[in-house]
Amino acid sequence: MFKAKVLIKRRNTILDPQGKAVEIGAKHLGLSNIKNTRIDKYIEFVVDTNNKKTAEDEVIEYCKKLLANPIMEDFEFTLSEWTPSQKEV
Amino acid sequence: MLSETKSSVSGKKPKFGIVVFPGSNCDHDTYYVLRKIIDVDVVFLWHKQTSLDDCDVIILPGGFSYGDYLRTGAIARFSPIMNEVINFAKKGGFVFGICNGFQILLEAGLLPGVMIRNESLNFVCKDIYLKIENNDTVYTKGITGKTSLKIPIAHGEGNYFADEKTLSELESNNQIVFKYCSSDGSISEVANPNGSVLNIAGIINKNGNVMGMMPHPERSSDSVLGKTDGNLIFKALVNNIFN
Repeated sequence: MFKAKVLIKRRNTILDPQGKAVEIGAKHLGLSNIKNTRIDKYIEFVVDTNNKKTAEDEVIEYCKKLLANPIMEDFEFTLSEWTPSQKEV
Repeated sequence: MLSETKSSVSGKKPKFGIVVFPGSNCDHDTYYVLRKIIDVDVVFLWHKQTSLDDCDVIILPGGFSYGDYLRTGAIARFSPIMNEVINFAKKGGFVFGICNGFQILLEAGLLPGVMIRNESLNFVCKDIYLKIENNDTVYTKGITGKTSLKIPIAHGEGNYFADEKTLSELESNNQIVFKYCSSDGSISEVANPNGSVLNIAGIINKNGNVMGMMPHPERSSDSVLGKTDGNLIFKALVNNIFN
């Protein structure tokens, strides 16, 4: 089995309203050096196969078709060997 | 002849300030109820202000301040006016948070606990019933003859949560003001619209001046809307503070 860790980032050229709104909070806090706040998505899940190629293919399909919108977002991920005994779900 | 029960000792009407954050959307409803139905003075306070304009009571209204980004109330809590609101509250000033206002009070640390997503994952907009758990607060004292109050809720994140220690403190200090109940006043899981721990719908701070509640009393204050239990809370507040 594998643990997948996926990071989905909105492209820098596309407005991130959430990042912009949160950065107003930073200004109100007096943190004047904070710039370009971007809020991305970090997603973890388990892929229940021992075949790394199969796992990669499924993660890519999951990312392309559901987790990310390829028109405005890029994704990257890592896959690491994982066993249920590691006390994560 | 001065027949208004709302007149304060000095003869002046109590002055309420409604804070307007970017994304507040119940500010005008609350203004309408306070001015037209409760008959007190009301002003809007823009969130960038650093003065509370000598208001006697501050209302943090419902809405979606800053788009609910990051966490509900998390950014509004750092709006410039909040320093004044926090100082005012710490000096015993009356601060009343409704829905998003309650969420802001939690983020600001003026009330304990947090709001998480409704257990159903749905935004819930409907009439619910509230049981008054503490009728010795300035917000509830004098509300009599009611087994329950019918007041609407409208929120996606109203699932109140706090750790065991906080909950036992809330209970032992009598800080739970409202619980979700059935129309007959019975408290059960069925009557809980969002999964709030202990059916909590509203709490007050230890000093009894800062209260937050998820239901919207301003939406059930005008008889035109077919329900008026909400104005009992505003009336109680005015009567208990100013008379």
